[in-house]
Amino acid sequence: MKRLQYERPLIQRVNTGILNKFGTRTEFTPFTHIDDVSVKDLLQQYGSPLFVISEKGIREKYHEAVRAFTNRYPKVQFAWSYKTNYINAVCNIFHQEGSWAEVVSGFEYNKALQNGVPGEKIIFNGPDKTDEDIRSAIANKSPLHIDHLDELYRITELAEEAGVKPEVAIRINMDTGIYPMWDRFGFNYENGQAWDAINKIILANKLELVGLHCHIGTFMLSPSAYAVAAGKMADLALGIRNKFKKNIKYLDMGGGFASRNTLKGSYLQGADTSPSFDQFAEAICTALLNAGFLQDELPLLILETGRALVDEAGYLLGSVISNKRLADGRRATILDFGVNVLFTAFWYDHKISPAQEFSHYTEDSVLYGPLCMNIDVVRENCTLPPLRKGDHVVVHTVGAYNMTQWMQFISLRPAVVLIDKDRNAHLIRNRETLNSIEVEEVMPSYLKDFKL
Amino acid sequence: MNIRNNIALSDSGFLFDPSTGDSFSVNPIGMEIIRMIKGGKTDPEIRQYLLSTYQTDEATIEKDYYDFLKMVEQFHLIEKTDGKEKD
Amino acid sequence: MEKKKINVAISGLNNVDSPGPGIPVIRALRESKLYDVTIIGLSYDSYEPGLYMEGMTDITYQIPFPSAGQEALLNRLSYIQQHYPIQVLIPNFDAELFNFIKLADRLKKEMGIHTFLPTVEQFEERHKANLPEWGRKYNIAVPRSQMIHSVYEIANLHHSYTYPLVIKGKYYEAGIAYNHDQAVGHFNKISAKWGLPIIVQEFLKGTEVNVTAIGDGKGNMIGAVPMRKQVITDKGKAWAGITLEDSTLLDFAAHLFKETHWKGPCELEMIRTAEGKLYIIELNPRFPAWVYLAVGAGQNHPEAIVSMALGETVTPFTTYESGKMFIRYSWDLICDLKSFEVISTRGELKL
Repeated sequence: MKRLQYERPLIQRVNTGILNKFGTRTEFTPFTHIDDVSVKDLLQQYGSPLFVISEKGIREKYHEAVRAFTNRYPKVQFAWSYKTNYINAVCNIFHQEGSWAEVVSGFEYNKALQNGVPGEKIIFNGPDKTDEDIRSAIANKSPLHIDHLDELYRITELAEEAGVKPEVAIRINMDTGIYPMWDRFGFNYENGQAWDAINKIILANKLELVGLHCHIGTFMLSPSAYAVAAGKMADLALGIRNKFKKNIKYLDMGGGFASRNTLKGSYLQGADTSPSFDQFAEAICTALLNAGFLQDELPLLILETGRALVDEAGYLLGSVISNKRLADGRRATILDFGVNVLFTAFWYDHKISPAQEFSHYTEDSVLYGPLCMNIDVVRENCTLPPLRKGDHVVVHTVGAYNMTQWMQFISLRPAVVLIDKDRNAHLIRNRETLNSIEVEEVMPSYLKDFKL
Repeated sequence: MNIRNNIALSDSGFLFDPSTGDSFSVNPIGMEIIRMIKGGKTDPEIRQYLLSTYQTDEATIEKDYYDFLKMVEQFHLIEKTDGKEKD
Repeated sequence: MEKKKINVAISGLNNVDSPGPGIPVIRALRESKLYDVTIIGLSYDSYEPGLYMEGMTDITYQIPFPSAGQEALLNRLSYIQQHYPIQVLIPNFDAELFNFIKLADRLKKEMGIHTFLPTVEQFEERHKANLPEWGRKYNIAVPRSQMIHSVYEIANLHHSYTYPLVIKGKYYEAGIAYNHDQAVGHFNKISAKWGLPIIVQEFLKGTEVNVTAIGDGKGNMIGAVPMRKQVITDKGKAWAGITLEDSTLLDFAAHLFKETHWKGPCELEMIRTAEGKLYIIELNPRFPAWVYLAVGAGQNHPEAIVSMALGETVTPFTTYESGKMFIRYSWDLICDLKSFEVISTRGELKL
């Protein structure tokens, strides 16, 4: 006799909405393939857990973003935000598409240079630029975005030392009606700091002020805040033109556009509520076009959006280590990846799908990572079919900030695979080995030996 | 152990406990187990039946079966005899 | 005239002590002179009383919670569509409206389900937190208010406000503060429960009046019936109310429709001050639970919404009976556990 498909026996209270098959149904629609490549095969070949990036996903998203802005504004340039995902293969997809680089440290700056991005197309942001970074940026003609007065003075000194007049921009912070207001970066618009810095730069005539930069927040769900920001940036640029007869070349509106993830505590799904690129573009471009620039003096619009471009193209594949029952009767599922690898689990209720077919019976479960740490929770509550040890799951929308903020903590970081548009898988980052970590360690000779 | 006599299990997997007013949902394999327990089958008999009927292994059956019984017990669906549960 | 047969889906069957509008809307449609309705109930919870009330829904389907997302909802509706093709759908829950509004076009194009709902912009801009801007945009009087994110901002409020002040949560709960310390107390209590921001609003002394109304989305008010609550429950819900005859209220409502082009049903919550000035304190983007009073007073708004959803032109209502009263009562239904079992396990129920 052929034996039947096994499913774990379940008994649950009615009206906790669990066995009812019309609950959160989307979560347990099995997700078996990424761009037609089987999840099971990927895990078999590259091991579990595994990050997978869809090149098609990235390029399509990028085209969507570019279309949204170029349809509305004549001069648009994207700059890939390295901190969002700086695996070189990912960066180069964006560079192939025409994106410049946007970096916030010497480490990222050198990465962009090594990837072959021309110096003048690397925007150097951030509050921490060492003398070495500044010298290098000046030598490579990279625009330096100044964050504070100390930096302004230091860049001025180093420029004099090099005998050049480097191109700079200043970062502006402002009240756009959203909370929290990011007033820790750059110079404030409302209280006059911004004008103070502008006057200093232009009157000293040691640096060439070519741009204004802002970045009003992160995971922004309100396009209207960008309209306010663009209005204030345009106001400054036009003020500079009137006062100094000088045209600002570019306005860099930064990034911060939300992706389709669901923030913890939000009731509706991020996929349903996150604004589209069209909405952000409409807000920004309309504000700039209506600001009063002469048609041929419209500044270049630079965008540094990272998350909204790459988040959806990333997947994390993993496996079930074990199921257990907690003392209070709740089901717990232990996965082979945790917050060390999926750092964004701290902010989002990530959508997680099983990677194989199941019946419609489901149960609520806490999803834990494998770390021996109480904070290692992937989802506090997730409705999934009864998973067995060894079953696979797919975490969606993980392309942003995970492959840069992941921690080498307790275990090693997984491999990253890119699926190209012809459905071939390419390994773009190896699974770490003991050696990848220990290569940087130094053992004093007197600690080499011990007897136990 | 035995499931209390007054507990009704319908074909749709709806289980009602008239002494508390609680209702539960049970999946098909869970229904089979409850019916077997109510029918007086022993633990080894039930586990043997599951093993021969379903595509799985002994360790999984053992783990899931006892987990299921634990839940049944936690939901107070077990008959108490002499203040002590029957084995 | 022969009545037109039509299938209408209705949610909000939670006819509990703070009732949803589903059952009143169904009663209105059952009394329609134009339509012979088959009602497809949409429920979220096996305990919604409307599921078990004889003569209300013809069949009820459970649908996924709004938090499950629009795809899940779409899948479920397409399943229902194969069994009971829905021609018009009237959602009645605040929490589900966003999803239905976003899906309205797809529902119509892909499934032939007609709705008559406000646009996303209309829905978003009337949120409590956006009310001052909304009032400015459309020249509608609203109480002065602002959002605050920190308890330290309360100390500066005296520059632009005088106590007492209403301290409100973004979605729920409010308290009246007569001084700084009380404002801080409410801020802490409400923000702990509902998060930030907190809305600080000037306290308007006056009488609360409500209007249930429908707009055609082109600036016309198709119907409006004003009501004053006579008795309220401890949850602040009307337990008895009476229709009012007051042309200033209707003019005010008509102005609102003319300016905002509101499409679909809504409830206007207003305050009339001692000087007789009217302020909007809230615009609820759906029928109120007391909408059946409008039917009783001579304006069948749900019927008009069905017609407009089907693309028909509706002649605006011009009269209603003032002094019509409603008194809400509760009633213990005796139901069979079998019905509960069926809805809980199969997700659909036909009584």
